Amino acid sequence: MLLLPALPIIIPLAAAILGVLTWRIKRASFLIALIGSLAHMAAAAALLLETLAHGHGVLHVGGWTGPVGISIVADPFGATLALMASWSGLAAIIYSRKSVDAARQHRFYFPLISILLAGVSGAFLTGDLFNLYVWFEVLLMSSFVLLSLGGAQRQLQGAFKYVTLNLISSALFLISAGLIYGYVGTLNMADLAVRIANAPESIHTPLLIVGALLIFAFSIKAALFPLSFWLPASYHTPPLAISGLFAGLLTKVGVFAILRTTTLIFQGELWLTNTLLVIASITMLVGVLGAASQYEFRRVLVFHSISQVGYMVLGVAIGTPEALAAALLFIVHHNIVKTNLFFITGLVERVRGSTDLHATGIRGLYATSPALSILFLVTSMALAGIPPLSGFVAKLAIIKAGFEAQAWLPVAAALLTSIVTLYSMIKLWSEGFLRSPERPGQEHHTHHDLHAPAKVNPYPKLPLSMVAPCVVLTLAAVAIGIFAGPIMLICNRAGEVAFDRAAYVKAVLGSESAELLRDANNINTDQETSSHDVPFSLPASEPAPSTPEPTP
Amino acid sequence: MNLVMALLTGTLFAVAIYLLLRRSLVYTLLGLSVLSHAANLVIFTAGGLTRATPPIVLAGETAPPTPHADPLPQALILTAIVISFGVLAFMMALINRVFKTSNTDDTDDLTITDIEPAFEPEATPTSEHQH
Repeated sequence: MLLLPALPIIIPLAAAILGVLTWRIKRASFLIALIGSLAHMAAAAALLLETLAHGHGVLHVGGWTGPVGISIVADPFGATLALMASWSGLAAIIYSRKSVDAARQHRFYFPLISILLAGVSGAFLTGDLFNLYVWFEVLLMSSFVLLSLGGAQRQLQGAFKYVTLNLISSALFLISAGLIYGYVGTLNMADLAVRIANAPESIHTPLLIVGALLIFAFSIKAALFPLSFWLPASYHTPPLAISGLFAGLLTKVGVFAILRTTTLIFQGELWLTNTLLVIASITMLVGVLGAASQYEFRRVLVFHSISQVGYMVLGVAIGTPEALAAALLFIVHHNIVKTNLFFITGLVERVRGSTDLHATGIRGLYATSPALSILFLVTSMALAGIPPLSGFVAKLAIIKAGFEAQAWLPVAAALLTSIVTLYSMIKLWSEGFLRSPERPGQEHHTHHDLHAPAKVNPYPKLPLSMVAPCVVLTLAAVAIGIFAGPIMLICNRAGEVAFDRAAYVKAVLGSESAELLRDANNINTDQETSSHDVPFSLPASEPAPSTPEPTP
Repeated sequence: MNLVMALLTGTLFAVAIYLLLRRSLVYTLLGLSVLSHAANLVIFTAGGLTRATPPIVLAGETAPPTPHADPLPQALILTAIVISFGVLAFMMALINRVFKTSNTDDTDDLTITDIEPAFEPEATPTSEHQH
């Protein structure tokens, strides 16, 4: 079907428009968003099957073939992520029905989620650098509104930081896109790959600097370490349905854009990927140390978001097909688990009225709500990476790819991060769930009025629309762990296709351009073996195995 | 001409960064606005500044006259201007609301997102959580 690659973008966009038009009718926007996201899911699944069976799905918008027109290019990697966007959206829409107040829902809440999904899917499926900028702006705009909708003081302050940092990032992205166009005269990603590979030596270094600027801009959106401070300042302020959706979905768009930059546009540029390796390692450690120092569910989770982005970028930076497959599996795993943890936090808040470990009212959840506690335990162990859950398989795949690429230091950082992740989740578990509420803690007596126990209702009625997404997502985390084999097959295929940029170029521009790219690749690998002393290389990390070893 | 544009964009970036580093909400907005203008001018300059005819195919011809100006950077800038217009309008409304709810124009005072939600800032026992 000709339109199939664009359907995951068109369907949520149409749902958003219909949702706005019917905003006066009670429940209409919810039902439209629900149906829209189901259709979105079906389209993304069909697209994934199609790309797995027949390679890249390409749609030249308006009939203008590349590199002149804008191309929508779906590969298994992007299609899987579009599918991920659809299930996140579905879960968030269902969860929002009862957990988000009516005033928010009345202010175009569901259409905004649909626009967000359209923007995210567009970013995952576009084959054009400037078009990527536009999708970024689409998803940012709706995320700005979703973040500040409701207008609480906390939300507005968080939104101010989020908006400012993201606008700076967008401006940098725009500048680098303009500069790249100035150097090579194209914005089509496949054409960029060909032209940059064939660029004369004199503009090689300036192009790399522009590439670094591009990755810098994406790193702000992905929340890599020194650029990550907007995330713990904003993601915990909106309703938990929104926090869960954002933490599960939005940083991945930045990671995916970095992946396209390092594997498609600038493949084999070692100092870009080596710099990313260092940054990813620091991101993992700093993020998880932040999480370990927090005592409130949401803030623990937002700091984890940063540290987990480090794992994904680690996979992207190692850059072998296996590492890309591992990164994809990790992205999917983290999406499910992180969204679910935020949703479960919402349930905890419903039950106890607070999610702060300092508040005495939160203690002893296991005694009163064992089922909820099991959901939390399973999901948080999946985040930490305990077998047989999803996190174990995902981390194993990343670490295995790291071993094969001999990136010892980043692997050590990843393993250390895992331990601290486990510690911080155990802290939530033992303090919030296991610790008996009757035990006289010090602050219980001394600061009784400050930590006034929230109203405890031992048998709260949780709405089904809030519980069901949590249960399904928890089961999904378990299923990824148990059915890791078949899922890894899909990921491996996606990793191979994402790595094989000649196939991408061939699908978009035809086989002549792919030949041009192959020729340039051969020349470049010859040059790289002779001039191998890259300035930012980690001593322990080695390039992709496809590159021949330098002779000592 | 290239030198003039380079100096102009450089000045705009300097102004934008200075404004963004100020602690005022309004200056942040102005800084972002100047930053987007600077970005647009970078695209415009990088796309090639040539005195050339517009890329319009004349009657009876099949291709625009050579040399002709590259229309793509202009299209990019047009898109970017529209987007930044919308985003800055949102930002203006946002800082208005931030000012009204937080009653401050100083970005250093926007610290409520760093405080754990269950506590009021003044009620936080300082000795207990920071040992």
